[in-house]
Amino acid sequence: MQDLITFLVLLTFGYGFGRVIEARHYKSIISRENKFRGIPAVAIKVPPLGRPFTVALVQGNVVISVDYFKRFLAGLRNLFGGRVTSYESLLDRARREAILRMKEQAASQGAKLIFNVKLTTSSISQGRRGQIGSVEVLAYGTAIIE
Amino acid sequence: MLLTNIEIIPGKRITKHLGLVQGSSVRAKHVGRDIMAGIKNIFGGELKGYTELLQESRDEATERMVEQARAVGANAVLNIRYSTSSVAVGAAEIFAYGTAVVLE
Repeated sequence: MQDLITFLVLLTFGYGFGRVIEARHYKSIISRENKFRGIPAVAIKVPPLGRPFTVALVQGNVVISVDYFKRFLAGLRNLFGGRVTSYESLLDRARREAILRMKEQAASQGAKLIFNVKLTTSSISQGRRGQIGSVEVLAYGTAIIE
Repeated sequence: MLLTNIEIIPGKRITKHLGLVQGSSVRAKHVGRDIMAGIKNIFGGELKGYTELLQESRDEATERMVEQARAVGANAVLNIRYSTSSVAVGAAEIFAYGTAVVLE
């Protein structure tokens, strides 16, 4: 009985806080994406030739965790199969946040463009029961400073 | 020391190729951070402690790579790549590698 109560409390907390945190994060991501629209991050390998410029390595990383409720949903999803939307939004947020942090670093150095952008994802905490839980995303690239 | 993840620098010629240089760093998180992360695992959201930890170890891996490049007499490291792997529960290895060259 006690276990069930704890579980339900965690589920409620996870649902409530998780929703608020995710909504707030998305809002901040969208506003910052608009702010940094002037600095495109592209995956092309060869830099645009022409004017001389200097280059600098820029990077951004973030570790994000899902809430208890979403982890529970993902566990259920494992039974039935199909899209695990709770992890999709987690990875989407992490990637966009990492790219934004990279752009912030580039902007502070006065860069106009970031190219050869690479993204790497790793699951850092294996969780207590071997669940995914949290991911780290690193975005790095070469910034062009004119 | 010029660090970049592209293979050529426009307008600069590579005069000498010095081979692969690398640096790695294995770090574990301390218990306090683990507990905080445990709480965050219920509510969701960013795990700031881990973000910082991984950033620090990435900086250290880069620094070690640069040291190695300096030791072989390079003035630039091109084509840098980063990789992460978890060697054990609670510890992560960050690995940075690139090509050391002499640019004119």
